[in-house]
Amino acid sequence: MKRIDPLGIYGLWLRDVTRFVRTPSRIIGALSMPLLFLVFLGFGFEGAAIPGLPEDVDYLEFLVPGIVGFTMLFGASFAGLSILSDRDVGFLKEILVAPVSRTSIVLGRIAGGSTTAFLQGILILLFSIPLGFRFTSLLSLPLAFVFLVLIAVTFVGFGIALASQFRDSEGFMLIVQFIIFPLFFLSGALFPIQGLPGPVQYLAYVNPLTYGVDGLRAVLIGTSSYPVAVNAGVLTLSSVGMVALGAALFERVESV
Amino acid sequence: MSAITVEQLTKEFGDVTAVDELSFTVESGELFGLLGPNGAGKSTLIKMLVTLLRPTAGTATVNGHDIHDERSAVRDSLGIVFQEPALDEELTGAENLALHGRLYGQRTDERNRRIDEVLELIDLEDERDELVEHYSGGMKRRLEIGRGLMHEPSVLFLDEPTVGLDARARRDTWEYIQKMNAQSGISIVLTTHYIEEAEQLCDRVAIVDDGDIVALDSPAELKSSLGGDVVTLDLESDDSIPRLCDHLETASWVTDYTTAAGTAHVTLTRGESRIAELVHLADDADVRITSIDLHRPNLESVFLSVTGRTFDEREGDGAVAGTGTGKYEGEQHTASTDSPCHNDAAPSVERQQ
Repeated sequence: MKRIDPLGIYGLWLRDVTRFVRTPSRIIGALSMPLLFLVFLGFGFEGAAIPGLPEDVDYLEFLVPGIVGFTMLFGASFAGLSILSDRDVGFLKEILVAPVSRTSIVLGRIAGGSTTAFLQGILILLFSIPLGFRFTSLLSLPLAFVFLVLIAVTFVGFGIALASQFRDSEGFMLIVQFIIFPLFFLSGALFPIQGLPGPVQYLAYVNPLTYGVDGLRAVLIGTSSYPVAVNAGVLTLSSVGMVALGAALFERVESV
Repeated sequence: MSAITVEQLTKEFGDVTAVDELSFTVESGELFGLLGPNGAGKSTLIKMLVTLLRPTAGTATVNGHDIHDERSAVRDSLGIVFQEPALDEELTGAENLALHGRLYGQRTDERNRRIDEVLELIDLEDERDELVEHYSGGMKRRLEIGRGLMHEPSVLFLDEPTVGLDARARRDTWEYIQKMNAQSGISIVLTTHYIEEAEQLCDRVAIVDDGDIVALDSPAELKSSLGGDVVTLDLESDDSIPRLCDHLETASWVTDYTTAAGTAHVTLTRGESRIAELVHLADDADVRITSIDLHRPNLESVFLSVTGRTFDEREGDGAVAGTGTGKYEGEQHTASTDSPCHNDAAPSVERQQ
């Protein structure tokens, strides 16, 4: 069994993308929560004095990269969920009995899940424009895409690693709620992490989303806590690590 | 070369032995049935053969490839239709087949050719671009069987292929299975707990009970091992019984007979073609017959004679381990009663008493 099977990976990716574009209701559902956060927090805290916020930065500008990161978390949890719902409907067996390696299956699922999470992030970015969000320059967009991909791969990898430890989707969704929100609040998505109490700040430093949101801010609005290269480096490491973890844990998944 | 060889294959789940040192061979091109009640260990056996479960002990080869050491080659050479549906209902029929083709490494040209061929074989050409969630139960089953054939495997496993289908869809599915077996010469292994399915479809049937094969032969041989058909004659008066016995002694085609008050049970081969002769013989003996009943043994009688229990009793056993749900028992009843040769009596057992 080849470790990497491009055709199988492509097939699984195509399946995820086909299903995503075919079900608008799912897209709307995935975007509604981040949009609510964006609209209510964006307008509610407009002009508020938030400690640590750079003076020349509007709160909405500060918030948009954070909400994009939040959207990616949601997208990633759906990718994990899709593995479990495949088991629920029996389709997982069809995939597991095929002559493709578990690694290829995980790569295919991560590719598909990351693509749909990426598309959701882009959609949130587009929605933010009519709300008043302005990019510093269009040239920064390709770099922003790189960050979106790295965030997506990191958290989809994490979602699949986590999903492989569950046998049914209900337990998984319950746990996911307890994971998504701490990751979100401890990432500097809503306010600068310098505002957090000292010990809690350290939790933010080990959260890959912190570097994802900071990197997006650097390239989209031109302000950040860390250099772009540091953010990109940390995220690259975390995405590689999460893919490896997902592949290792999925290896042990039993279909029956 | 044999399509499948199984040697001493065993699977234990904790204290429960689901499959107990099974050994058998499936010949190339054969339609081989594993018949047994829910929970007999059939699905576990299949899951080991398709490399989804690792055996506790023993081994097996599929198309010459060992299920331990050559898992990839084994997977390449088999197709499987699972007991529970395993389709992506949010994709179309053609998309399900295409995904399967990609997972099995088929390039575009070969894949498209096979999709067309398979859809034609299973008569779903017109529905190819419809979402599977709009398919009927029978159509889904056909699509799954077709999908199992996409990569032209040498062995196709069908785990309870007609569970959950109505009588009409069941008959259609049988037709497709036989057509595939005849046209492509593919070896087929199917598990079933429907007596009629095993009798009508299979070249050979292994009767499985409690993780063990208790009988293995063609349906005809299995049934004839019970000694043939039993014709029951109701007689007008008991006085005529000795005269009838005298005549039965002289008839070479009678295997055995027993008598009771007012009735005689005559065991013979090919009972349907002997009824006229039997009536003639009774006439010669000046015995008046009031009614005649022909009991033909079916695989249920075989199961009863080798295990001492009926299917329904076996499925009712809470202690039986396995994957069956038992929720289709009602349908099983329907299926067996619409068999023309079904009967509840077990002539072999009566005769042995």
